[in-house]
Amino acid sequence: MGITTEGNVLFTTVDNIVSWGRRSALWPMTFGLACCAIEMIAAGCSRYDTDRFGIIFRASPRQSDVMIVAGTMTKKMAPAVKRLYAQMPEPKWVIAMGGCASAGGPFNTYSVVQGTDLVVPVDVYIPGCPPRPEALLYGFLQLQEKIKREMPSVFAKFKV
Amino acid sequence: MEEKEIEKELPAQQYSLLVKKIRDRFGGAILETTVFRGEITHVVEKDALVGICRFLKHEPDLQFKFLSDVLGVDCRKTLSCFEVVYHLYSIPNKYRLRIKVRVKENEEVPSVTPVWRSADFAERETFDMFGIVFDGHPNLKRIYMPTDWEGYPLRKDYPLTGYKDEYNPFGVEKV
Repeated sequence: MGITTEGNVLFTTVDNIVSWGRRSALWPMTFGLACCAIEMIAAGCSRYDTDRFGIIFRASPRQSDVMIVAGTMTKKMAPAVKRLYAQMPEPKWVIAMGGCASAGGPFNTYSVVQGTDLVVPVDVYIPGCPPRPEALLYGFLQLQEKIKREMPSVFAKFKV
Repeated sequence: MEEKEIEKELPAQQYSLLVKKIRDRFGGAILETTVFRGEITHVVEKDALVGICRFLKHEPDLQFKFLSDVLGVDCRKTLSCFEVVYHLYSIPNKYRLRIKVRVKENEEVPSVTPVWRSADFAERETFDMFGIVFDGHPNLKRIYMPTDWEGYPLRKDYPLTGYKDEYNPFGVEKV
């Protein structure tokens, strides 16, 4: 595909354009489970300012692209997480923020889900207890890297 | 504890109000009294519990109007029973008092919700974690765990890591 701007021509692929669009406006859902959510909020506020990456928190799963599982997920919460994930439109990604969301953290107990990947598929795991906002930003950058390498047109051919 | 020991451990006013007065009034219903570092604990008869609680709340020189907490203890190994512990606080007098009731498995404890409304959630928690049933409770159902949860997690025979299921591959295999 070529784009003309005042006599110049740029060549790229549809996949590139689409994934550029997707990764440049990752809208996470305003959704926190425990103390990691506080760091997530800090990342969204003016000091760390995720807006500069096009990461704008949305208050509805219907408008979101990314779910950040920020905190300890209990078994009681798991069905709600599953439902929120189901309510998000495709394409969607999941970030497991912190030790608890990644693998249950220190809570190898009767009430805690031992990792978000037992409930919904996870794209990026961020270690830390809780991870600093920088770590969350780095996680987002890793997710952008991942999306960069996705090929939407190829994916579309293999729809489940 | 011996009466004399208790008297030695406590300030005179607390001894006369929180030990002697209650013992004189309820006599046989107080099974045991201990004092540890100025904290008074009465183990009371199950059937006399509500009467004692009502007295503690309404007696003008006691006024235990605040029920801090209700909790359970699984002492089936040592005492072959559960204990239900009530922590009371008297806001005007700044007294604290601990009341214990011993209850066998499958026995019910009378609810103290008619005395303190705040016992509602606390008793539900105790029921949720230990399976102790409170007789006369207005809404006795699980408060922390999901409603379809099986077992009582804070009982000593419940494994810490829980039972193996889809969300916990490290749990104990259910027999």
